[in-house]
Amino acid sequence: MTSTTAGRFVGQRVERREDPRLVTGHGTYVDDVVVPGMLHAAFLRSDLARARVARLDVEAARALPGVRAVLTGAELNPGLGSFQPTMFQGDAMPAPCAPVRALADGDVRFVGDPVALVVAESRYLAEDACELVDIEYEPLEPIVDPEVARSSDDLVHPELGSNVAMSVPTPPDTDLDAAFASAAHVVSERLVQHRHTNVPMETRGVLASYEPASGHLDIWLSTQNPHEARQVCSRLTGVPEHLVRVRGGDVGGGFGMKYFLQRDELTVVAAATRLGCAVKWIEDRRENLIASMHARADVATVDVAVDAEGRLVAARMDHLEDCGAYPVGGTGGVGPFAAMLFPGPYRLPKMGFTTTAVWTNTCGRGAYRGPWMFETVAREEMMDLVARAIGVDPLELRRRNVVGTDELPFTTAMGMELDHVTPAETLEQAAEIIDYDAFRADQRRAFEHEGRLLGVGIGLYVEPTSMASGALGVECATVRVQPSGTVTVLLGTGSHGQGVETTMAQVVAEHLGVSIDDVVVVQGDTESAPFGAGTGGSRTAVVAGGAARAASLEVREKVVEIAAHLLEAAPEDLELDDGRASVRGTPTRGVTVAEVAAAAYNAPAELPAELPPGLEATVSYQAPPITWSNACHACTVEVDPETGVVTVQRYVVSEDCGVMINPMIVEGQIAGGVVQGIGGVLYEHLVYDDQGTPLTTTFLDYLVPTATEVPDIEYGHIETRSPTPGGHKGMGEGGAIGSPPAVFNAVADALALRGVKITEQPLTPSRILEALHPSM
Amino acid sequence: MSVHDIAVQVNGIRRTGRVEARRTLADFLREDCALTGTHLGCEHGVCGACTVLVDGEAVRSCLLFAVQADGAEIVTIEGLSPGDGTLSPVQDAFRAEHGLQCGFCTPGFVVTVTAFLRDNPEPTDDEIREGISGNLCRCTGYQGIVNAVRRASRELSS
Repeated sequence: MTSTTAGRFVGQRVERREDPRLVTGHGTYVDDVVVPGMLHAAFLRSDLARARVARLDVEAARALPGVRAVLTGAELNPGLGSFQPTMFQGDAMPAPCAPVRALADGDVRFVGDPVALVVAESRYLAEDACELVDIEYEPLEPIVDPEVARSSDDLVHPELGSNVAMSVPTPPDTDLDAAFASAAHVVSERLVQHRHTNVPMETRGVLASYEPASGHLDIWLSTQNPHEARQVCSRLTGVPEHLVRVRGGDVGGGFGMKYFLQRDELTVVAAATRLGCAVKWIEDRRENLIASMHARADVATVDVAVDAEGRLVAARMDHLEDCGAYPVGGTGGVGPFAAMLFPGPYRLPKMGFTTTAVWTNTCGRGAYRGPWMFETVAREEMMDLVARAIGVDPLELRRRNVVGTDELPFTTAMGMELDHVTPAETLEQAAEIIDYDAFRADQRRAFEHEGRLLGVGIGLYVEPTSMASGALGVECATVRVQPSGTVTVLLGTGSHGQGVETTMAQVVAEHLGVSIDDVVVVQGDTESAPFGAGTGGSRTAVVAGGAARAASLEVREKVVEIAAHLLEAAPEDLELDDGRASVRGTPTRGVTVAEVAAAAYNAPAELPAELPPGLEATVSYQAPPITWSNACHACTVEVDPETGVVTVQRYVVSEDCGVMINPMIVEGQIAGGVVQGIGGVLYEHLVYDDQGTPLTTTFLDYLVPTATEVPDIEYGHIETRSPTPGGHKGMGEGGAIGSPPAVFNAVADALALRGVKITEQPLTPSRILEALHPSM
Repeated sequence: MSVHDIAVQVNGIRRTGRVEARRTLADFLREDCALTGTHLGCEHGVCGACTVLVDGEAVRSCLLFAVQADGAEIVTIEGLSPGDGTLSPVQDAFRAEHGLQCGFCTPGFVVTVTAFLRDNPEPTDDEIREGISGNLCRCTGYQGIVNAVRRASRELSS
């Protein structure tokens, strides 16, 4: 399907500019970069979740030939600046940040806590040296369970005085209490979303090169956000910002993990600066699974009140999130966001919430594709649980409560104003594509005649994209027409799979009026890019797209002005398309953009009076506070009652992300998120034992879905313009927000045929068998 | 640590090297031959990003020591296209079907699929999914990859 609002380039399924280099093995990821004299680093990490370090002797490691340095916390930590991202600086934070240090010093606080950093001539030697470090621990009782953490006197971070990282209590609300008291039905459930995480196929990695004579710090980094990395590296090391250069290059996925620079990469940067050399660290998969960041660890008790007709009356959520020991950015807690977004696309009149974030002796929490998405998990799972409790079909319950376009703008119970969204339309489109009513008939037949357990699940949500908090609200683009007429676009984005080099070239070609083949997008390098906040938070299409569009239009205006002067015509009589400006109605009378550019640079005397030479513009764009997109996921599953295995049979997504820049890329983003959700609910689980030891440390234990676990995904598109100039909406995270509850609800729907209720993830075969056969 | 002299053909070029016994074929290709298209995603043989052809068979170069490949003919991702800017049918299909996003797993998939379609030029959908089930991708949800294999199969058999 082609976009209904398609232009010459915007809205087209343009093949990606990135692909020729990537499919031939000529991408440049951080581990592909080599600089002269480069050394290799490896971390020695704690094997215990909580312990005092009784003895740490690194002399044997230092003595190994080829080892250049072995750094401990006592040596590296003093004198370093803040590890916290820019948005977590200052006194504005509502809660204390975790006391991050480069290397553990005196005690360790989770399995994977880095204790020493070896720098050697090869990675092999660095790992050899780690084995020669003599370390002795005095084990302490770890705090692993977040419920225990809340009340325990044992502290993860003794310097903070409490395991509660953040707590937002519910103020007394007699109206809310009255709404519950008078409601026809109240359904209360305890919902669990288990710990799982991003798992980019490229692990984290950094190459930091500090040259003491010039004072330059060059950093190659697997990052979503190069300018933020430059700022934090400057604060940490004291190297002035203008002498720090961060290059992203090709980045092998992130999904939030590489948005903020984490402690490990920063420690390597600090070590390179301290040692005055080039040091590369490439995380291995075990480190990535135990010590990068974890996500999604949420528990909540949710109460929902409805009237006799199934209309929502009120909701209450008591939410607890596990932030681990050293979360990425502040406390890592997102409970308040989850609460604010809980009403979603429904007419829910009243809402109250309590949210608590706790420290535990586990890997820290970080951002994973829709970090606040527990709101959709909790709401959509509750919609199904309420529907079954009151004997209404889950689709029908949603129809009775979803906000219609005729009610927009609509202010939710938490004060969020929804507008330019189409949740009811996507709900109906998804139901139609999956043929909901026919499925219900098939489901009944299959169960009654064959005992088969089929189920259907829905996940309906509105997604707050491009949230314009601080630096996140702005992007800046430089559009530079070179003297030959070709175009270079400079952006502060951090593409890591989204095809930004393609989509932004589409935007520029469209609005500048040139061929896309004449446009190249350069991004991910702080030395060339204007300041920007990187790629994350579903923001690039809206914010970077807004900047690219504005800069293109400014350059276009100058092209037309010069062309009019050269053609001795009025600017308003010219049209500019496909690299040529011509007089409207007289297409033979025209000049090419190349001729205009040649004049702009090489013949300034031929330019209109007072028009400066050159042909480029650098323009900033400020996005609105929130740009809403929305979607409905619907899927069908079969549960094998003998093995507990779930098979996803069909998967449908109806999406409204406004004007699509490239529908192929939109669908690719949806698909990736959907399969992360399928994996998250059915397979992926980061497991700790009661001593805080991670048990899922390889891809044999942590199960990422393969091609055999996913069906062909079916898409429906509804295009409602956002109020931004391009009409785009963000959508990168949505696939991973709508899919977990859709999959969960489908399995729950199947199990309900046998009268079984589930409220906890993950839905592994053993969990499903336990639910079906509780006495087993 | 014992060291061994090895000689291999890599993408048609003879390469010699002196390697420690523990040096993986992946590190030999990436570091000693500077062929960085072969990627390491797990280093324990599950993700398939490091897949190369050794004597025609798709193998995981993270699980093979360089010394074990002595005398072998190796083809990496860099050896699958003519080098003049054109793409192999499989590479072209991955581009046409949006079979890649971040591109990190892509070399392993392209090598795997190249060998798979050579052995099974007209696979069924189930065979396609089974054929690529030893490679992990985290970006695409496999949608574009499965479509790319379907397309490449059509192209190669037409």
